[in-house]
Amino acid sequence: MSAQPTAGIVDASARASLWLQPHRIVLIVVALALFAAAAMFMRWDWIPQYYDLALQGIWRTLWILVVTVILGFLLAVPLGLAQAAGPAWLAIPAQAFCTVIRGTPLLLQLWLLYYGLGSLFPQFPWIRQSELWPYLRQAWPYAVLSLTISYAAYEGEVMRGAFAGVPRGQLEAARAYGMSRWKVFRRIWLPQAFYRAMPTLAGETVLQLKATPLVATITVVDIYAVASRVRQDTFIVYEPLLLLALIYLIITGIIVFAFKKLEARIPVRIA
Amino acid sequence: MSDSASTSLATAETQNGAAEAIHIEDLHKKFGQLHVLKGVSLSARDGDVVAIIGGSGSGKSTLLRCINCLENPTSGIIRVNGEEIKLKADSHGHTVPADRRQIERIRSKLGMVFQNFNLWSHMTLLENVIEVPVHVLGIKRDAAVATAEALLDRVGLADKRDVYPAFMSGGQQQRGAIARALAIQPRVMLFDEPTSALDPELVGEVLKVIGDLAEEGRTMILVTHEMKFAREVATHVVYLYNGLVEEEGPPEQIFGAPKSDRLKQFISNIH
Repeated sequence: MSAQPTAGIVDASARASLWLQPHRIVLIVVALALFAAAAMFMRWDWIPQYYDLALQGIWRTLWILVVTVILGFLLAVPLGLAQAAGPAWLAIPAQAFCTVIRGTPLLLQLWLLYYGLGSLFPQFPWIRQSELWPYLRQAWPYAVLSLTISYAAYEGEVMRGAFAGVPRGQLEAARAYGMSRWKVFRRIWLPQAFYRAMPTLAGETVLQLKATPLVATITVVDIYAVASRVRQDTFIVYEPLLLLALIYLIITGIIVFAFKKLEARIPVRIA
Repeated sequence: MSDSASTSLATAETQNGAAEAIHIEDLHKKFGQLHVLKGVSLSARDGDVVAIIGGSGSGKSTLLRCINCLENPTSGIIRVNGEEIKLKADSHGHTVPADRRQIERIRSKLGMVFQNFNLWSHMTLLENVIEVPVHVLGIKRDAAVATAEALLDRVGLADKRDVYPAFMSGGQQQRGAIARALAIQPRVMLFDEPTSALDPELVGEVLKVIGDLAEEGRTMILVTHEMKFAREVATHVVYLYNGLVEEEGPPEQIFGAPKSDRLKQFISNIH
């Protein structure tokens, strides 16, 4: 066993030396060597040319992720509640929705919406004349819709379990003190269910990020579509893909970090 | 909810001048085929401490939970502070409160203490205590906090104000739950076996708090297995057997000179 500091206070340099243990130093050297090799022996001269497009792609990937996660979660709450506590006429459709969406590939849903609905809409003059038409003729509304539906279905299932897991006695106590149904939900039930679901939501959000490249198949130019375009334009195969992997890794890191921060603010380990 | 909505209540004055806080008449409760309460009547005037005793399955808890309609009685009359709880039959033939606002208003005047404490686990102790005053009774937060701190001090938990229930012992949680009940300035305190879920060495601290409340003349209805305690604090004891009041009277009579054979046997089994 290596020497442990016995003093209560460990200053910054001591902490750094603890962190920099031999195996870590070796790993860092290996990583730097790989990085240097990639920089020297691979082609990166195409980057400046695609710089702006890549930034736009990253931005599009990010907002699609954020918007669909938020909208999807807002849908997941009623879906979960209906299944956990709703009457049969709400619970059964909610369960059916979750089962169908979770049981079919996202790519299929995306194409059904885009090529199905998207080619149906122009046949109705009143839709073509509506104010929504400028949006409906673009691809991104269909991307947002299908990713939202998908997230809602998975999270609806998560929220069902989270709602059901809140101890009944605590809800009963809330009722016993004269809270209305809505207040019981808003003050007691939802916050506890949300805290319970949080660790799962973090993982599901990372999965959602990695579902976003599918939107490239319906002409939405996200960061994946940009990488594909670089390959087609320049016939450089691996470099764009490696850079793409790095970008997704970084975004994943940000998501994990953000959820960790959020979870740390929940001060209880709810029993 | 504000109290201004409540109409002036006809408080039933009795001969000795104390108003009738709780009045129950011919209460029946069925769970499907199971007939739990078979016509129970009970009355508590202001300042009374009514102890409800009886074997397991005798209907004691159900009786208590009917008072604030946590269980809906199948038939019978319940009056709280002279105001009769309006009941109606729903589409399934079950009896339910006819006026949601009325039942919420009545509940907010009854301080219920549960067997399993049922503190809200996503809130600190202080937040638990101010929750109902602030979010149901509409009291200003500062005032509610001041009251809550005084109450926590009183139950010996001043140092636990920012602690979450998961980090408190059962006895501490139950004393906290009593503070939460007191914070609404209840007309009547309802105790549902408050010490049954506690480790033996923690029972004393909770009984001490309840005993102090009885001493200061609070109106309480107490379902308990602690016979010695019931004898000390109660002004009136009700012995339930198989869904009916088998015998009732002052504690000296119930414990000292029981008349019915069942009560005699019940008491001899306890001792």
